Parts: sequence; structure tokens; C-alpha cells
Amino acid sequence: MAKAGKTSATAGKAPARKASDNSGAYLRMYRQMLRIRAFEDQANQLYLSAKMPGLTHMYSGQEAVAVGICEALTPEDKITSTHRGHGHCVAKGAEFREMFCELLGKAEGYCRGKGGSMHIADQSNGNLGANAIVGGSMGIATGAALSARRLGRDDVAVCFFGDGATAQGLMYEVMNMAALWKLPVIYACENNGYSEYTKTAEIAAGSLIARAEAFGIEAFSVDGQDVLAVNELAGRLVARARKGEGPFFIELETYRYHGHHVGDINRDYYRSKDEEARWKAERDPITNFARWLVAEGVAAQDELAGMAAEVKADAEAAVAHALEAPYPDVSEVDMHVFVETAA
Amino acid sequence: MREITLSKAVNEAIAEEMRRDPTIFLIGEDVAEAGTPFKVLSGLVEEFGTERVIDTPISEPGFMGVAVGAAMTGSRPIVDLMFGDFLFLVMDQLCNQAAKTHYMSGGKLKVPLVLRTNLGATRRSAAQHSQSLHALVAHIPGLKVAMPSSAYEAKGLMKTAIRDDNPVVIFEDKLMYQEKAPVPEEEYLIPFGQANVVREGRDLTMVATSSMVQVALAAAHALEGEGISVEVIDPRTIVPLDEATILNSVRKTSRAMVIDEGHQSYGITGEIASRIGEKAFYHLDAPVVRMGAMDVPVPFSPALEDLTVPTPEGVAEKARKMLRGELFDGA
Ligand SMILES: Cc1ncc(C[n+]2csc(CCOP(=O)(O)OP(=O)(O)O)c2C)c(N)n1
Ligand SMILES: [Mg+2]
Repeated sequence: MAKAGKTSATAGKAPARKASDNSGAYLRMYRQMLRIRAFEDQANQLYLSAKMPGLTHMYSGQEAVAVGICEALTPEDKITSTHRGHGHCVAKGAEFREMFCELLGKAEGYCRGKGGSMHIADQSNGNLGANAIVGGSMGIATGAALSARRLGRDDVAVCFFGDGATAQGLMYEVMNMAALWKLPVIYACENNGYSEYTKTAEIAAGSLIARAEAFGIEAFSVDGQDVLAVNELAGRLVARARKGEGPFFIELETYRYHGHHVGDINRDYYRSKDEEARWKAERDPITNFARWLVAEGVAAQDELAGMAAEVKADAEAAVAHALEAPYPDVSEVDMHVFVETAA
Repeated sequence: MREITLSKAVNEAIAEEMRRDPTIFLIGEDVAEAGTPFKVLSGLVEEFGTERVIDTPISEPGFMGVAVGAAMTGSRPIVDLMFGDFLFLVMDQLCNQAAKTHYMSGGKLKVPLVLRTNLGATRRSAAQHSQSLHALVAHIPGLKVAMPSSAYEAKGLMKTAIRDDNPVVIFEDKLMYQEKAPVPEEEYLIPFGQANVVREGRDLTMVATSSMVQVALAAAHALEGEGISVEVIDPRTIVPLDEATILNSVRKTSRAMVIDEGHQSYGITGEIASRIGEKAFYHLDAPVVRMGAMDVPVPFSPALEDLTVPTPEGVAEKARKMLRGELFDGA
């Protein structure tokens, strides 16, 4: 896997500005990462206690990617998400209640229970949907960027996808068009080292960023566990994309803590426990950012702990609410097949 | 009334709508200066510019996906898919994305796009440029499917398709592009889900789509001389389907044939025939007859290709047999 080539941003280093200038933004990023982790912990429990229908793909471990990027966006900016989409959804501004309701198929869910985990999205915040077709949203993000440009808006679209999705032909078709037409779209490849039960090295020949560079797209590698590095790069690229200098491609090196989905428990055959323990101990995005916040004097350890407790309580309350919330009325089953407005 | 070609009718419909609504744009291969290989879109880039008449690389899934994303974010794209046969390439973006977005989002997102493409054999284009694949998309909930049968129909249905807030697939018969029909100068729209009784009759109902309407009319004309009175119904859209008009006709005539250029098996003819069977059974004097394209890949040789699609002679002959009661044993 290629890292930090000539077009790469420097990863792992904090930006050269004073931490106290930006403490509000930092604490918000920290809280958003905590919220994703708390959401996933609760979702995992719902699965293990057989309270959640179906399966779900946990985002834990990858929080710095979604938060670092989404904190560089406005609510009008668009994102497209993936089967591993809870993190993107939270990071783009969604609320716990509507998310847990969606996870449990309840009427109050963002999609009125019709989407579930793999299609969860708070559409009012510019999330165009999580997508259960690997790579399926790459055209959608590119089209959102075309739409913005054509209609004279300055919003930017970010397409989140995994390393596995780089094997889909659609990616090459739309990157070609985005480059030809200089569209304000950012392709954000979350390289967590695996697609399902297969190592990335076994499915991807050559370098990932070189794929984008072949189209003349500026491509960057960044440490996806470092929320500040991700946010700093995303901020620069979003600003440039708004000015018409897009598209861009980012490869974010990251790691998923759970199995491919919640039911993927015995996984030593493709991923060692040692490897998992090392990532958690050395490269956890939340722990490392907390250490930095304390070292820079942005927050005290107990403040951060208090924030974590608060977020956990919020998540628990939202779960309790969702468990009691009503299912959609049976009359909704054939509602929303078509938009009913008269032509 | 003036007469214009189907090609010109489609062009006018799109131009009028693009003048009315700046969020509409066209996207596809060779749609701009070339105006498509069938020249249907000639002149549009001159009026609307390359920002609204967008030539793409040969990337059907790619530009289909781009159109879906644009439609979700305030644009109203018209996608030009050069041949209906290429539907197989865009299936994921059309059927997994466009068709399901409104439903999966609980009604929060919508995808107002038009996919215009074509159907029709006997152009000597062989198996990959001759298919009529409308049943494929009609099967997927969330897609509307329009099938114009003349220049007049093509214009009115296209304008309705463009104004619809759902993904609409509109199939033009590529053999009909140069056929003329009376088309008023004044604006008109043809609503979806309202079948047209093209010809009234007493003895037999023929439900026919797209160019098969002309085939049915020719057969009806021949049968008239033999004292057989045929009613011809053009559903105009197969999704939504105007069941009421079809059933009312069958209740009156007691006999029905369904004629369509898609492959006969698992297709439109079977769907409409079974709805008639389910809902008008006690009015029927004979089993409903289906006539679709043969279940073979479309062959190149004219000697073979012409055998594969319904013809006026074949339709008339089936009708005679039906009226003589010769089809009961499955012959
Ligand atoms: C088109 C398609 N093929 C296969 C699958 C099954 N599938 C779901 S997730 C996945 C792996 C995706 O890997 P990656 O893109 O790296 O995302 P990650 O799961 O690592 O977040 C596969 C193969 C699918 N959903 N869609
Ligand atoms: Mg992966």
C-alpha cells in the first residue's frame, strides 16, 4: 500500500497553530468521536442481546475519518456513505434517537424504519444515504457535485468508501468524469486494511492513490487515526474544491475494531488478535486525541471523562426510547414507492 | 394539423421543458454536437449550451450514477442511453439506487430523472442492438415506464416524464423515429396511467404497446373486412398501468390479445394477460392470447429476424383462430 508519496500531506503531526485558539472546534471533534464510539457500543449490545433485527457493520476505530472530514463541511455540503455508515451519519449531524429508531425499524427513524443500518442517513444534513452496494454511491456523490456546480451553489460532495470499493469499475468511470469536468467532489477512501474477510493487499494491485493520479486528480495519503491531520487536510481540500479546484482523492489509513459485521466474531483466520490489540493500544483515535488535548491544555482529563459519561448516558437514553418507540403502521408498507406529488 | 416525426416530437418536448425549467439537463454519449446517432437531439446544444447538454465518456453506469446524484440534489437530468440493450450496464444505478432511494429514505429523498432509451427489432442490428427490455425495468417497484406509440404520444409522454418527480424510463421505438403523425403546435401533456382506446370494436380487445399499436391496427383493419370488430388499446405507460380501461374493454368484447415486442416469456404480455384472467375471468369467452417476441436472441439475418416479432398477418391469424375457438386446446 502506498503511503505519503510526493502529493501526500504529512500525517501524524499536529498542525502548527496554537491549540487554545481552536479549543471549541477540538472539543467538538472529540465529542463527535465519542458519540460514534458510544453509538456503536450500544448498537453492538443491541445485536448481542438479540434486540436488533438483522446485522450491522461497526465503525468503531475509524471515528477520526468521519469526524475529521465532516467537521470541515457545512450542513449544505453533501456526503454519501457506505454499509459501515453509522459514523458518517453521526459526524454529519444526526441525532441518536432517530438513528437508534432506524436501527430498530421504528417509525421515528430517519427513514421511517425502511432503511435500517445499511441505509441510515439524516437527509436534512446533506447525507444522501448509506449504501449497501459496495461502491454504489460513487456516481451519486459525483452527480451531487455536478448538480451544485450547474445550479450555482458552492456545496462540495464527499464520497466515503472502503478500500474494497476501489475494485469497482464505477469508481474509474466517475473519477474520469469528475476530473474532466473539475467537479467539487472529494473521494475519501477509508483503507481499513480489509474488505470483508480479505486483506487489501490481496485485492488491490499497485497503489490506491495512483489510481486517482492517473486521471490527473490530486491525491493524498493521511493517517486516518489522527483527527487533526484529517481535519486539516479536509479543510484545505474542501476550500479548494469550493473554488473549483477539485476533484480530490484522499486515502485514509485506518482500522475497524470489530469484525466485518457484528456477527463476525471468530476471525483469527484472517486477522490476528495481536494485530487488533496493537491498533487499539497504539493508534486509537480517541485515546490519542485525548492525550493531545490534555497535553496542550485544551481540556483536563476529568473534563474529558465527564464528556464521555454524558455521551454514554445520552446514547443509553436514546436506546431506551427507541426500544419503546412504535413500529411503523402496516399502512406504510406501500407508502413512498413513488413520490405522490402530481406532475 | 401539422405532421412531424417522432424524432422531432421528442426534440420539441425536451426543448420546451428545458426552456421552462433551468434545472433540467441532458447527459449521455454524443448528445451534444452529434445530437445522438439517431439525431433526435440535434440543435439542442446550440440553444442550451454544453453546460446543459453534456457529452460523456462511454461510461453508462458512471453517467447513470451521476444523474441519480444530480436528481437527488435539485437537478432534473434526462439521461440518454443510446440503445435499450445497454440497460444491462446501468442496472445497479437504475434499479438499486434510483428506484429505491425514495422508499429507503422513508420519503425524504427523491430522484426526478428521465432515462430515455429505445427498443425494437428488425433494424438488422443483431442481438445486442435490437432488444425490447421494458419488462426488465417494469418489474422494479419505484420506476415508471412509458412506451409512446406515435409522434403525438412521444411528445406528450416525454413532457409528463420530465415533470414527474420519480425516475421514469421512456422507451422509443427506434424504427419509428422518422414516422410522422399530427402533433398540435399548442402545448399538451399526456398523463401517465391513462390508456388510450385507439380504435373501438365489439368482438375482441387487442392491448398493444409502442410500435405494436400499429401492428394491431393493421390487423384490426384486415379483420374488419371479414366482419370481425377489434378494439385496440394502447396503455401508454405500463407502470402505472390503466387496468380499468383494459378490463372495461374486455368485459365488453369477451376476448383479449396482448401484443408487445418484449420476449414473450416472463414479460408484459403475461402480466397483462394474467390481470385480465384474474379480474375479468367470467366475462371471457376464450383464454387470453399473448403475442410477444420469440424467446431467442434477435438474429441478424433478415430471413430469421422477421420471424421473431409479431406482424399484422400473424396477429390477424391468431385472432381468427381465437374467434373460431381453435385456441382452447393450447394450439
Ligand atoms: C457490489 C457488492 N458486492 C459485494 C458486497 C458484499 N460486501 C459488503 S461489504 C463488503 C466489503 C467492503 O469492503 P470495503 O469497501 O473495504 O469496506 P469495509 O467493509 O472495509 O468498510 C462486501 C464484499 C456488496 N454489499 N456489494
Ligand atoms: Mg475495508
